[in-house]
Amino acid sequence: MNVLIILLGFSMLVAGGFLVAFLWAVRSGQYKDTHTPTMRILHDDDDRLGTRRSSTHSS
Amino acid sequence: MEIQTFSYDNRIVRNFGIATLLWGLVGMLVGLLIAFDLVFPSLNFALPFTTFGRIRPLHTNAIIFAFVGNAIFTGVYYSLQRLCKARMFSDLLGRIHFWGWQTIIVAAALTLVLGITTSKEYAELEWPIDILIALVWVVFAVNMFGTIIRRREHHMYVAIWFYIATVVTVAVLHIVNSFEVPVTFLKSYPLYAGVQDALVQWWYGHNAVAFFLTTPYLGLMYYFLPKAAGRPVYSYRLSIVHFWSLIFLYIWAGPHHLLYTALPDWAQSLGTVFSIMLIAPSWGGMINGLLTLRGAWDKVREEVVLKFMVVAVTAYGMATFEGPMLSLKNVNAIAHYTDWIIAHVHIGALGWNGFLTFGILYWLWPKLWNTTLYSRKLANVHFWIATLGIVFYAVAMYTSGVTQSLLWKQFADNGTLQYPNFLETTLRIIPLYLIRAIGGSMYLAGMVLMVYNLIRTSRQGSFVAEEEHQAPALQVADDGYAQNRHRWLEKRPIQFALLAIVVILIGGLVEIIPTYVVKSNIPTLASVKPYTPLELEGRDLYIREACNSCHSQMVRPFRSETERYGEYSKAGEFVYDHPFLWGSKRTGPDLHRVGKKYPHFWHYLHMNDPNSVSPGSIMPTYPWLLTNDLNTAHVERKITVLRTLGVPYPAGYEQRAAEDLRLQSEQISAELVKGGAPAEPQKEIIALIAYLQRLGTDIKATTSK
Repeated sequence: MNVLIILLGFSMLVAGGFLVAFLWAVRSGQYKDTHTPTMRILHDDDDRLGTRRSSTHSS
Repeated sequence: MEIQTFSYDNRIVRNFGIATLLWGLVGMLVGLLIAFDLVFPSLNFALPFTTFGRIRPLHTNAIIFAFVGNAIFTGVYYSLQRLCKARMFSDLLGRIHFWGWQTIIVAAALTLVLGITTSKEYAELEWPIDILIALVWVVFAVNMFGTIIRRREHHMYVAIWFYIATVVTVAVLHIVNSFEVPVTFLKSYPLYAGVQDALVQWWYGHNAVAFFLTTPYLGLMYYFLPKAAGRPVYSYRLSIVHFWSLIFLYIWAGPHHLLYTALPDWAQSLGTVFSIMLIAPSWGGMINGLLTLRGAWDKVREEVVLKFMVVAVTAYGMATFEGPMLSLKNVNAIAHYTDWIIAHVHIGALGWNGFLTFGILYWLWPKLWNTTLYSRKLANVHFWIATLGIVFYAVAMYTSGVTQSLLWKQFADNGTLQYPNFLETTLRIIPLYLIRAIGGSMYLAGMVLMVYNLIRTSRQGSFVAEEEHQAPALQVADDGYAQNRHRWLEKRPIQFALLAIVVILIGGLVEIIPTYVVKSNIPTLASVKPYTPLELEGRDLYIREACNSCHSQMVRPFRSETERYGEYSKAGEFVYDHPFLWGSKRTGPDLHRVGKKYPHFWHYLHMNDPNSVSPGSIMPTYPWLLTNDLNTAHVERKITVLRTLGVPYPAGYEQRAAEDLRLQSEQISAELVKGGAPAEPQKEIIALIAYLQRLGTDIKATTSK
């Protein structure tokens, strides 16, 4: 069952990669503000040029 | 601060959206056809390329990679630009991605109906297409990371993290599961054999569900659900926590697809433990989605987009509760190989993926065409007809699964099986197959309504190809791109070093793996011998016709199974199986111990018309096997390739292979003629019979029965 070692290796590689990404995200302040980002996406039409549309979406 | 003007590319979004609609229709139509096949076997049309085995993978591939795949790209290309406040990195890469992906889909459809397949579920495509997939995926990755690097918004919204996880992990899974050695341009053997092959396949298979059907859709949910509801996500903190825990847990759960098989016990337990833990992050996502609508349920009543999304998230919650339950060994013992699993995946596919896609498209189309939805009424009809369709589908399949499983396991008072004839258990559930097909028809009807509705919507509006926006530049971007990138590297020496290590590791592993794997394919049971050339050709026919779609080759260690099929399957029996053919569904009986169970003549009649020996059988007919000549052109090469993979054919055996093949087929044909069948030795049926008669017989020499 040597293939287990390979799968463990690759899984660790992926997990390790994500761990690095996680540490970077925390250290670079990605998660300092957990409120503004949720509001910002609701207003991503506000900076649109030309034909303005309302930013409340009821299609 | 410099204010920059830029525009979002809506063309690429529209193109992927149209592809989603088109392939959705195709994939669901093919699904409906195979659903009806099981009720009316004559719908197989007695033609190779319309027979269940070949088009079942067409259905799964079309839904997963064509319908859901294009829907992911639609949503990602739309939301990523807006979340990053940047146009996609490259229009050209976008176009290559789009046309490359559609080419893959067409190539997949053609090869699958022609019987060109690796037999591995959701990874059926042969090696040239595998390479194309890897290339197109890299194009997508470059386009995506390029956009992220050029973003004008420092914070990466949680959806982007889900997209990143998808792109990275799918690439790794696809590559690891696709290690194969080509025999010809359209035929290959996997590097791994038997148990190892099974483990790699389900490590891939499970994570394909995780990182193709789940993480990208959670990302889409986190963007489109708040947008459609006009309110922020319930808890951003929860979204971050559940993202990271989901990513770290998902990748270990694969072995739960192999419970009670010949896989080592500890690996099975590992899969179970991680599967149970997965319930927490999965439900984190569901709860966050549903609670986003807190205090806005009146909107759900009015807004059809939200209705679709609510059902989608609910279906996600149900499927991710059921998944861990199915990973418990006692539940799995009942559910595995039955329609329960079919119900489970369709709650995910029809409910979660389908309904979220519908919700997104109904929301997106009016935006792209700067208009309103053509008919809300029609969309509401779609919602109800599709919801009912799912209910019909799921109830029928849950009932069918549990019913058949209990019939398989039922013992009579005298200790023998109550239903020794497998067919008897099949006939009981055929009415349920009909109900399932009706549910599927309703779902497809809803899809047709949506396509019509969206076409009318686009006709009444005018397409906004470029959407101009303004935003301040991100501060670090002030110094120009080249310098900026240099700084990016400077700032992250540790990350960069790690990245380099990863690249080096991959290179090293690619070299090490083959030797590792080949060595451990060495036999553990002395009586198990490699297949003869004729059996090998027969096995490749078994793969071509995808017999493993309906027949398992894995007798689990239950009394009800050893009574029905014979000795339970051992890991050592599969060491020469490139690929493994354990299967995952028993629409027909297990075949691991079918060898020598019936005379050649029985198989001859059965393949020509199963009803002639098993009245009422729903198995398709395979008349072409009796008339087609076996293609033996590659037998030498096959033997050589398998030897390099560790199958101990003696040196120079490939020279004698054709002769051995001829001798064995003449022998089988002579026995058939004696029985009264006009069987010529060069026909395909001879090879298939040779393989079937060999199946599971090697250990009979050592086990006293």
